[in-house]
Amino acid sequence: MMELVVISGKGGTGKTSMVGSLASLSRDKVLVDCDVDAADLHLILQNKVQKTTEFIGGKQASIDEDKCTNCGICQDYCRFDAIKNESQSDNEYKERYWIDKHACDGCGVCVRHCPEDAIDFKEVVSGEWYISDTPYGPLAHARLGIAQANSGKLVSELRQQAKQLADQRGLDLILIDGPPGIGCPVIASITGVGYVLIVTEPSMSALHDMERLLKLTVHFRIPTGICINKYDINLALTARIEDFAKEQNVKILGRIPFDPTVTKAQMAGTSIIEHNDNGASNSIKKLWSNLNAEFKEKG
Amino acid sequence: MEISIASGKGGTGKTTIATNLAVAIAKMGKKVSYLDCDVEEPNGSIFLKPKITEKFDVTVLIPRVIHDKCNLCGECSAACEYNAIAVLGKTVEVFDSLCHSCGGCLDVCPEDAIEEIPRTIGTISHGDGMGVKFYEGRLNVGEAISPPITKELRKLVNKSNVTIIDAPPGTSCPVIEAINGTNFVILVTEPTPFGLNDLKLAVGMMREIDLPFGVVINRSDIGDNRTDEYCHDEKIDILMKIPFDRKIAEAYSQGDMMLDVDSKYEKSLYELYQNIANRALS
Repeated sequence: MMELVVISGKGGTGKTSMVGSLASLSRDKVLVDCDVDAADLHLILQNKVQKTTEFIGGKQASIDEDKCTNCGICQDYCRFDAIKNESQSDNEYKERYWIDKHACDGCGVCVRHCPEDAIDFKEVVSGEWYISDTPYGPLAHARLGIAQANSGKLVSELRQQAKQLADQRGLDLILIDGPPGIGCPVIASITGVGYVLIVTEPSMSALHDMERLLKLTVHFRIPTGICINKYDINLALTARIEDFAKEQNVKILGRIPFDPTVTKAQMAGTSIIEHNDNGASNSIKKLWSNLNAEFKEKG
Repeated sequence: MEISIASGKGGTGKTTIATNLAVAIAKMGKKVSYLDCDVEEPNGSIFLKPKITEKFDVTVLIPRVIHDKCNLCGECSAACEYNAIAVLGKTVEVFDSLCHSCGGCLDVCPEDAIEEIPRTIGTISHGDGMGVKFYEGRLNVGEAISPPITKELRKLVNKSNVTIIDAPPGTSCPVIEAINGTNFVILVTEPTPFGLNDLKLAVGMMREIDLPFGVVINRSDIGDNRTDEYCHDEKIDILMKIPFDRKIAEAYSQGDMMLDVDSKYEKSLYELYQNIANRALS
């Protein structure tokens, strides 16, 4: 089974449009959207949600004001500055301790230190994940609760679900739309995959971000290829990306021209491949065949 | 005053708005700081080209087991919510990258067999560029947890300056760490289905953390009017619209400022600032 993940470092280079197109070109696969705090892939796959499951990301502390004696010990031990205190009303002074749920990291240290046993520590629902049907195959996707942590854990859950689906249905490809950045959810998205495709574009920012991302995939020893999106908007920078790739011994698997119909396809809720068969569409087909050659070689 | 620039979706133009806004305000004679809190992929320095005057490491504390004292009781492992410390055979193993530095293991160890040592996870640099005080956090490649860097970075803010915070994309903890407590949040979006979907998520985040915010629609003519309609229905102010301009795109790709493309942007960005300052003060 091949797991292919599409990432970019910088956001907005075209990961999701790319995955939508590869979804249309490939057979027998499971799709996964690992950009769990800004998931968009389903918007171009005409998905129908078949199953919804709550995601328990971790625990959270909360103070029972009836039991709390305002000793403040919890606050001394909290390293996340999550325990706040304030006097509650203007005319009557009443001290009150409370936990800022956005700052609470769920470590449980305050719970153990409270002499009054006044801090509850419960698992909290911090999102949902879904299995959808799409015309291109099953899709595992999610919605991380607003302002939640533990995106890496949700990504791992999605990948686990996708593997089970692939096993059950005898599908040999898992196609993953990754998150931007290089941190926790990205690491969770690429750990142990068979191949990373980096989608970049010819800008100084994208080049800088790709260099960092490439260090990460080298660090994890994952076979990696590069696709340059909108390559013709700055040919000098495209040449710089190609030189850099050569130095790093990484293959350029595709060059996609700037094509206004890419946005039109998104507006229509479909992939570029469905939308037409002109410039961008043709280049993505070439990229897909190059990727398949890579899978055979590396795989 | 602190103004943060965020967006659900990546690549909508946060850094373009943040860097150009900072310089536009500075040109009007105000003291301005720019904080690059997109610590996974910081790009502000490409545009502001600062002369860096100071650079230091950001460290977090991680546990180290003193094996002579450890009796392998496993209390530390039971207390750790992150599975970052475990008794494996005849030793205790710490998984550095999973550790959140809460100090819980140290606390519960009955043998006093755990101490803490600093571990570097990134750097902060500081300097001046284009009349703006520049601060950048940068996560080391391979590290997973970025919020401690953002937290350190925000402590450096000079409260008397206007501070522009360039946040990471998304709606999860690294974003909250960057924007929480700021006086106003600008959500940058584009009028496409992905842009709108992620804007809705970002608006949900704003309502959850209860900060004043408004929307800037970048490349405002590339899609349709669903974003306008959404903002109208939700009573969200659209602060500024920037039509697609190939010259901005070219300047951006080379690391040049939008302000240098056309002087009209300097005026409109300063007006954006005044508009926000009036709201934040009222």
